[in-house]
Amino acid sequence: MAEQQAGVARRHEFVLFFDVANGNPNGDPDAGNLPRLDPETNKGLVSDVALKRKIRNYVAMARPDAPGHEIYMREGATLNNEHKRAWAAVMPEATKAEELKKLPRNEAKARELTRWMCANFWDIRAFGAVMTTGVNAGQVRGPVQIAFASSVEPILPLEISITRMAATTEADAEAKGGRTMGRKHIVPYGLYRVHGFVSAPLASHPVKGTGFSDADLALLFEALSNMFEHDRSAARGEMATRKLIVFRHASALGNAQAQSLFDRVKTWRVFKDQKHQLGDDKLDNAPPARSFADYAITIDREKLPEGIEIIEP
Amino acid sequence: MSYGVRLRVWGDRACFTRPEMKVERVSYDLMTPSAARGVLEAIHWKPAIRWVVDKIHVLKPIRFQSFRRNEVGAKASASNAASAMKNGSLCDLGIIVEDNRQQRATMMLVDVDYVIEAHFEMTGKAQAGDTPAKHASMFNRRAAAGQCFHRPCLGTREFAAEFALLGADDPAPASELKGEERDRDLGWILHDIDFVNGKTSRFFRARLNDGVLDVQKCLAETSAT
Repeated sequence: MAEQQAGVARRHEFVLFFDVANGNPNGDPDAGNLPRLDPETNKGLVSDVALKRKIRNYVAMARPDAPGHEIYMREGATLNNEHKRAWAAVMPEATKAEELKKLPRNEAKARELTRWMCANFWDIRAFGAVMTTGVNAGQVRGPVQIAFASSVEPILPLEISITRMAATTEADAEAKGGRTMGRKHIVPYGLYRVHGFVSAPLASHPVKGTGFSDADLALLFEALSNMFEHDRSAARGEMATRKLIVFRHASALGNAQAQSLFDRVKTWRVFKDQKHQLGDDKLDNAPPARSFADYAITIDREKLPEGIEIIEP
Repeated sequence: MSYGVRLRVWGDRACFTRPEMKVERVSYDLMTPSAARGVLEAIHWKPAIRWVVDKIHVLKPIRFQSFRRNEVGAKASASNAASAMKNGSLCDLGIIVEDNRQQRATMMLVDVDYVIEAHFEMTGKAQAGDTPAKHASMFNRRAAAGQCFHRPCLGTREFAAEFALLGADDPAPASELKGEERDRDLGWILHDIDFVNGKTSRFFRARLNDGVLDVQKCLAETSAT
């Protein structure tokens, strides 16, 4: 493992748009795996942890042999655990750490351990982890924070019944003539928006920082752009990242209020080549959105606060 | 109270978990003083100061929603990390999430909006240059510009908080709470965790008076009984 890199020095916020066609982006375990719904608005939801899972899977897949890019919260089925890595690079530092452990204070030891975990595991560096290292409250807060994703318009979950021409058990085979039925839940189409935050001090602070670097940040954006490309399954249907908009502040603490930046990104409904505000009366007779072409996303770049840069990675 | 601040915080969702119901998380009806302190500390904090929450204004009706997620039940083990560090091998160090599955529900608040009234006190760690005026102006400057050390949250980190400073002359925003909701006995809620005395939790009897939780008054009443 190389020297711990300097952490991200600038605050970032991002808006991610992704869509789903004929799939279930995130099942609700409380509702028999129906797509998650906000019961008050009928807008679809995708949990923060569902997205973090996909980011972790992408990083595990995209950087399998890169030192320092291990994934702590593994999905057993997808990660190839077999290959041996070049740990020779780790060894010298590990022995040095061994000497450091002689330090009398437990706190120093705990800090050394969390440092080491951060240096080796990408997801701990990014999202943090709860570690039972006693002294410093046992927590590493990562700089990356992701909110719930919500669809821009109400969605309509559909239940699709399917049949299978074979049965699992002999009893089933006799009773049902070798055929069983199942159900799938899909969203015909949904465009989802999610907000994320990268708090630079939690990456670069000498004590609290995890060392989440600019290269790690670039990988995060790469993961956000490509995570659905490698998450195909029978349940998901067609999911894709449609747009990623990053607000980069010039300083660690930031140069503008997050909400004022998020408000600059607007979603519109396109109907007969005309852009309409969501929920506009003129849309009452419009057919439901069924593709990304039915939406438009605009970014207001006028009078951007000083020190703010908009990037579309 | 000369260096009091008022901060408005709001968000789509929040979960101020009741400690007695933290496995399947159930939120308190409103932001606790300790959560409010955490929000303030996310914007500005130094060992020289200690935030004291005076009042919490509840601006939106109290509403709940349930949300169940797949979560991991295990924590990272320090001894495993230490031995992995010794061996220089990461094998078997990760957590296989499928083997540590827990499905947990969160009864969260939706569409919340609060005004936090607070002040700070100087602690024994204050250095010569640490004047109250310096910390007050640092906080105000940061909060007005939307700056923060890390993004404050409404109970848990997935519920990011938006915030705006209320200046000394700005009127307090009107509360949308309906008649009977404005005055409520909220029962015993967490005041804060006493980190000096072995992380013991301190509770107090919270009462909403015309949409405002007067923390200091409730604390005084609690200790009087």
